[in-house]
Amino acid sequence: MAARYAVRRRRNAVAMALSLAATLFGLGWLVLILGALLWHGFGGLSPAVFTQMTPPPGANGGLLNPIIGSLIITALAVAIGTPVGILAGTYMAEYGRHDRLTSVVRFINDILLSAPSIVVGLFIYEVMVAPMGHFSGWAGGVALAVIVIPVIVRTTEDMLTLVPDALREAATSIGLPRSMAITRICYRAARAGMVTGVLLAVARISGETAPLLFTSLNNQFWSSNLNAPMASLPVVIFQFALSPYKEWQSLAWTGALVITFAVLALSITARALVASRRQS
Amino acid sequence: MDWARRRSVVDVALQDDAMISVAGTARAKVLDRLRLGDAAFRHLTRAAAVGVLLLLSGVIVALIDGSLPALRTFGFGFLVSTRWNPVTEKFGALAPIYGTLVTSFIAMLIAVPVGLMVAFFLTELCPQWLRRPIGIAIELLAGVPSIIYGIWGLFIFAPFLQETLQPLLISTFGGVPGIALLFSGPPYGIGMLTAGLILAIMVLPFVTSISRDVFEAVPAVLKEAAYGVGCTTWEVMRHVVLPYARVGVIGGIMLGLGRALGETMAVTFVIGNAHRVSASLLAPGTTISATIANEFTEAVGDLYTSALIALGLILFVITFIVLAAARYMLLRIERRIG
Repeated sequence: MAARYAVRRRRNAVAMALSLAATLFGLGWLVLILGALLWHGFGGLSPAVFTQMTPPPGANGGLLNPIIGSLIITALAVAIGTPVGILAGTYMAEYGRHDRLTSVVRFINDILLSAPSIVVGLFIYEVMVAPMGHFSGWAGGVALAVIVIPVIVRTTEDMLTLVPDALREAATSIGLPRSMAITRICYRAARAGMVTGVLLAVARISGETAPLLFTSLNNQFWSSNLNAPMASLPVVIFQFALSPYKEWQSLAWTGALVITFAVLALSITARALVASRRQS
Repeated sequence: MDWARRRSVVDVALQDDAMISVAGTARAKVLDRLRLGDAAFRHLTRAAAVGVLLLLSGVIVALIDGSLPALRTFGFGFLVSTRWNPVTEKFGALAPIYGTLVTSFIAMLIAVPVGLMVAFFLTELCPQWLRRPIGIAIELLAGVPSIIYGIWGLFIFAPFLQETLQPLLISTFGGVPGIALLFSGPPYGIGMLTAGLILAIMVLPFVTSISRDVFEAVPAVLKEAAYGVGCTTWEVMRHVVLPYARVGVIGGIMLGLGRALGETMAVTFVIGNAHRVSASLLAPGTTISATIANEFTEAVGDLYTSALIALGLILFVITFIVLAAARYMLLRIERRIG
């Protein structure tokens, strides 16, 4: 009896040690990756990175045009994706909460949420780049919008579902039409959550590379023309990292550092928003 | 008609008020406008919801349309041929499909046990005040853009593996018949094993966070009952929590698998991009997504482009099935926990 108990105790101790080891293993990668980014990227961090254009091979330069390009494409994607996502989420949470349509859309949306992003790139290539005959910033923005939409739909629906029905009833009881009750009351109550959704969507797309490879392509030069190929930070990192030139590789590391910390800052902000909301 | 029913409560209550009837026509106009706006808003949201459906069908239609030339030319042979020759325009998808499946398999082989153990640690062992920070840190791992994994894998992880793990594997298993085949050839650093390991790191947070959520949803009464009859923490985990949460955990694993199958940039950096089916895990290979990312912009000729889109279609079909199964399972556990 005692021997068997000892075996069970030992097995338990081993399992606990393993789980602790697994956690340290998981956290270790985060430390290793962030450490490597700082180690290789921090040295290259200078004002030039943010004020100069991408250099030709073998010369020094910065990342100004890809940074601006990324900002433009991301803004475009959010501008297109957010209204569509919020409206669809509104329908699912407010009008058709128990509809068949809603459950189908929810299912499809969840699949879009984790669909391979390179497939989105192919899709936009087929419907925009091929018919237009050239790569463009527009196509890149739309491709990222396709990734933004499911994120926003999901958070909007979740957040609106959390709004207490008493608020809706109160709005209706003073004679507000449904649409006003939603836009003036429910949206306000769910605002923090919906902003979080947009932040998460931005975090998600600002590092996306695959959908941009054959939509907005790349551009060595300054361009704010949405009808022309446009540089973006992830694509430039991809190109520079795989090049044999030392200067380009070091710029790629610096760009990677910038992008990672921007993304992590965004997702931490988003989480903080939700957390402060939960506590209050 | 049902106009009276739709009027706001205020109007109905004040129906006979003289003041209201004086201003009646103006008021009716305002109400009409409101009703119009209301209906418009309702239809707008509905259209957006339908738009999400159209988006998915659009993706499918566009992919099928784009891949028709290749599928017509090669037929079923496209799936089973390993030839990939842009010069003679002979294309087969077997090598990328094989690479995709093998790298994802390696990833799941590592990420599932580790992810479950981390979830176990977070729900049962971790001190309360540490849970949130560790949980967030693991989720940040999921937030790191995939291109960062790629650049890190190429410059740091692959050279590291080339000098340490890969020679070790070769010398350990080199003499074992059967397994030796898996680790034959020189240690390149890049290759299918490296890609699989990086995918494992990327998938880990998915498995962890969903497992943690379903573990936490297990009713405390069940666990307390098990502790009450003298189970150890591990036994409670193994025989109570895990069976209860099984469907949800499998859903989380499938979700992770969906991500591993479709992951592009991280793999593209470290896979080596060789169109061949090789038994050795150390050999360079390719995956569907890496092939598309590498070759699409350089593809000349309609057939080449079409073959790459057909690869995209295959990837989409595979991930669609995996993700649909994942969602179905997660839906089931949600209903049960309710």
